[in-house]
Amino acid sequence: MGEEVKLFGVWGSPFSRRVEMALKLKGVEYEYFEEDLQNKSDLLLKYNPVHKKIPVLLHKGKPIAESAVILEYIDETWKGFPLLPKDPYQRATARFWARFVEEKCMPALFNCTVAEDRKKAVEEAHETLKLLENELKDKKFFGGEDIGFVDIVADFIGGYWLRDIQEIVGLELLTKEKFPKLCEWSDEFVNHAVIKECLPPRDKLFAFFRTRFGSKS
Amino acid sequence: MADEVVLLDFWPSPFGMRLRIALAEKGIKHEYKEEDLKNKSPLLLKSNPVHKKIPVLIHNGKPVSESLIALQYIDETWNDNAPLLPSDPYLRSQAKFWAEFVDKKVADFGRKVCMTKGEEQEAAKNGLLDCIELLEGELGEKPYFGGETLGFVDVTLVPCYGWLSVYEKFGNFSIEAEHPVFIAWGKRCLQKKSVSKSLPDQQKLYDFVVQLRKRHEIE
Repeated sequence: MGEEVKLFGVWGSPFSRRVEMALKLKGVEYEYFEEDLQNKSDLLLKYNPVHKKIPVLLHKGKPIAESAVILEYIDETWKGFPLLPKDPYQRATARFWARFVEEKCMPALFNCTVAEDRKKAVEEAHETLKLLENELKDKKFFGGEDIGFVDIVADFIGGYWLRDIQEIVGLELLTKEKFPKLCEWSDEFVNHAVIKECLPPRDKLFAFFRTRFGSKS
Repeated sequence: MADEVVLLDFWPSPFGMRLRIALAEKGIKHEYKEEDLKNKSPLLLKSNPVHKKIPVLIHNGKPVSESLIALQYIDETWNDNAPLLPSDPYLRSQAKFWAEFVDKKVADFGRKVCMTKGEEQEAAKNGLLDCIELLEGELGEKPYFGGETLGFVDVTLVPCYGWLSVYEKFGNFSIEAEHPVFIAWGKRCLQKKSVSKSLPDQQKLYDFVVQLRKRHEIE
């Protein structure tokens, strides 16, 4: 049964790690293939000819691309541990915030590492995090008592990616002073029994970002 | 309990058009509220405080923003007729993939064809043509992306077909010449009342863009 599900990903990518989180939360066995993005495999180019990107999920030989689309497919195919709520309005709300994380938060956070006007970039990033903090309110996770769709899509923020980047580049983005609830959430996220198994190796990720962004101390 | 459905929209918006078509396809009674984007209503600002954009679907007082999210909400809530998404998870994933493709690429290229000039416009024109070619490949021999009936991708894409002659005029190129399959698909969709009554008059759209370009000083 395990051979039916294959995942093409990259060890450091929050996008492919999302898919692994979903599969592990649902107890789905899969075979993982590490891609070299400088030298993409023929299989990747065949399975995602439109975007040529990871992650790609292959189920019974049929490929699915785009992490949010893959997450919804996984949720619809394996019923254990639902990622999205049942109620259509709650589903729409979860999709809205997942999209917000992808289209507003993440670009604003990345922009802080390259923008000329860093102060302005950080302010804009803070605005997006503030909205996210307000949405979390007093919940343990965006999904409620346990991990859900939005938590997984926000893995870049909850996991070590953002923390490492802000430390290396010298940015104050996700701070306890400004975003106490998000910080608490991110601690819950990285300590979650299943999620912690899905995060990239800490040292390797830190070293990778250090090389990429240089070191500031 | 009677459902109360309100659509906050702006007549030229291809995103709003998607919801108009979906509501019409499913025969959902609703109130259409035209927004003045230079003077947004308190209802719009309250219903979509994060983005302050249209379209917003308000169902029994609860707002849903982002057109693709609202389309899925409509499909899941009024699930007894005219389904937009198929029931098979794999086919659903493919429909969502292509709808995202249209949403992220086609609308943006179309906007740039109308609102930029020079190299940026050329790049947008080529981008748009590339997208249409890929979409024709996905359509294949099917009458609609949804198969025998209008589906999620059709509803997402057909507003861009509604803007086509406007793109061609401002971009000074012919999409029709290179892409007869796309044109045939568009015409087929237009035969549906839900589509034809949801797409504005092309001349009106053209005049609107002329005004917009003047305001943004593009010449």
